[in-house]
Amino acid sequence: MSKLNRLLGSIGLTAALLTAGTTFASDITGAGATFPYPVYAKWAEAYKAQTNIGLNYQSIGSGGGIKQIKAKTVNFGATDAPLNVNELGMAGLTQFPTVIGGVVPVINVEGVAPGQLKLTGDTLAGIYLGKITKWNDPKIVADNAGVALPDAGINVVHRADGSGTTFIFVTYLSQVSTDWFRSVGAASAVQWPLGMGGKGNEGVASNVKSIKNSIGYVEYAYALQNKMTYVLLKNRDGQFVKPEDVNFQAAAANAKWKAEEGFYQILTNQPGKSSWPITGATFILMHTSQANSESAKEVLKFFDWAYSNGGKLASDLDYVPLPENVIKMIRDSWKSQIKGADGKAVWK
Amino acid sequence: MHTLDTRLKRQNLLDILFRSITRLSAFAVLALLIGIIITLIIGSIPAIQAFGFGFLTSSEWNPVTEQFGALVPIFGTVATATIALLIAIPVSFGIALFLTELSPQWLRRPLGIAIELLAGIPSIIYGMWGLFVFVPLFAEHVEPWINEHLGTLPLISPLFTGPNMGISVLAAGIILAIMVIPFIASVMRDVFDVVPSLLKESAYGLGATTWEVMYQVVLPYTKIGVVGGIMLGLGRALGETMAVTFIIGNAHRLSASLLEPGNSISSALANEFTEAVGDLYTSALIELGLILFFITFVVLSIARFMLFKLAQREGRGA
Repeated sequence: MSKLNRLLGSIGLTAALLTAGTTFASDITGAGATFPYPVYAKWAEAYKAQTNIGLNYQSIGSGGGIKQIKAKTVNFGATDAPLNVNELGMAGLTQFPTVIGGVVPVINVEGVAPGQLKLTGDTLAGIYLGKITKWNDPKIVADNAGVALPDAGINVVHRADGSGTTFIFVTYLSQVSTDWFRSVGAASAVQWPLGMGGKGNEGVASNVKSIKNSIGYVEYAYALQNKMTYVLLKNRDGQFVKPEDVNFQAAAANAKWKAEEGFYQILTNQPGKSSWPITGATFILMHTSQANSESAKEVLKFFDWAYSNGGKLASDLDYVPLPENVIKMIRDSWKSQIKGADGKAVWK
Repeated sequence: MHTLDTRLKRQNLLDILFRSITRLSAFAVLALLIGIIITLIIGSIPAIQAFGFGFLTSSEWNPVTEQFGALVPIFGTVATATIALLIAIPVSFGIALFLTELSPQWLRRPLGIAIELLAGIPSIIYGMWGLFVFVPLFAEHVEPWINEHLGTLPLISPLFTGPNMGISVLAAGIILAIMVIPFIASVMRDVFDVVPSLLKESAYGLGATTWEVMYQVVLPYTKIGVVGGIMLGLGRALGETMAVTFIIGNAHRLSASLLEPGNSISSALANEFTEAVGDLYTSALIELGLILFFITFVVLSIARFMLFKLAQREGRGA
């Protein structure tokens, strides 16, 4: 199996290298999550202009990224769903976050404006479990006095493809609903009790837009760019909050990051008055022992540059930069975790 | 004499060389086919060991607990392909009949070219068009009618009752039909064209109507070509990925209703392969690929067998 994966991986990579054309041996190679691809691409462009070192990032999906880094066909892997400390240890990997994003429930109900509908986590789970089937269900109405909700069935839309967005969304549902935790669980793809699947964020967005009385969930950037009707969610502190970058950042700031656990931190349902409850970070995976210290150093240099200079570029694309204290912890973790063939730290 | 001898020898050598090259090319196809089968089988061994034959009959598809079954995607693939052919065969037949027999001469070329252009459109375009244009119209105007009229009929009503969302197995089947019509129609037109006019004119001379000529002269004469064209369309319908993914709804749930979302083998593969973490998940997807391969193989074999039987019966008749 792993042989086959490696073969598939190397074929993919060869194809990528062939099509890239201007790739040089000194370029950094990475593969994985599609969610942060736009910001990595932007960073790579700016970094290349300054240093003449390019980044060849293949957004093949988190699952693919994990396989590629395990097979050592790339310098770094990228994943939306963090690996836990055992998985990291077994594969000899270290992990650190890069940017934060939010997942936003969006609806298409006639007469309901963006930000008008308020949902609790429990209600949202009820809708996705098929227990709340009508828009005028007493549970929804209870939080939405004054909103004209139709007596119509709820059409549920979810992602068809395995995705980090789904992982963040269902992790949240698992945390707020024991029913969800028991009957469905959390992973980058799950067995949905009902609804239809759209391919990618754009698939979900267009399904929600074209199907009346529907609900779906997309990345913040998609909700914003498509001007979709987002909902307000009740967070752990009992406040109804709006999906906004400051609220994503609040969720990240309130989390307890630990470098020794590979920054394993799912930012859903975090405490804090303004924390958006469905927030998540995206992660980079690297081997702890590097055969080639030079190339590992280039990768770290790139991310070091991105932490210092990439915040504005990330914000422009509706991603949220990490809080300053977390960035410091990441830089420290590089020193202790990533070693060259001679056993010395790659990053000083 | 001597020079002629060497020339003959050289030409003989060239002949041998030429024969070997062509044979090599032909065998390369065979080797490729066998290679793909072997890869698929090796890749699906973990799933086969874990689920056995239950894989074929289980409608479970749960990446969290790693329980997988292929029933829903198999059903979706077969159902969409069947719907596609039910629509595409009569329409294509009509197109080919009109183009070869009834159309005025000046219209034949533009119509023929239009069909060939349709065949060249990438499937993603059909998918996008389906999702953005066809599905909303289907949900608004067609599905309510289906629910109201077909959904109340005895026996077939479970097939045609469901939510009016547009996204459904039926919509995917219809889009597939649009995609395979150009293939089937252009093959049918080509084979209808080779029927000797002598035969047709004799039949007309005997007072046969256009339909009689078509049904009793042209069709029997071109049977094999027509079935071949249909098989080409069926092959495309079974394996089509992008367009179906956009429209079928990608829901791993078994439902009798064609108006509910479903899933097909190829769209499940396209959606889930990249994010399939864990060997068993990947392996289950590869086994799905193996099953699709097998379905295509069986369908083609049945078609061959039917043709063989037809040919045999004719031999006896004569």
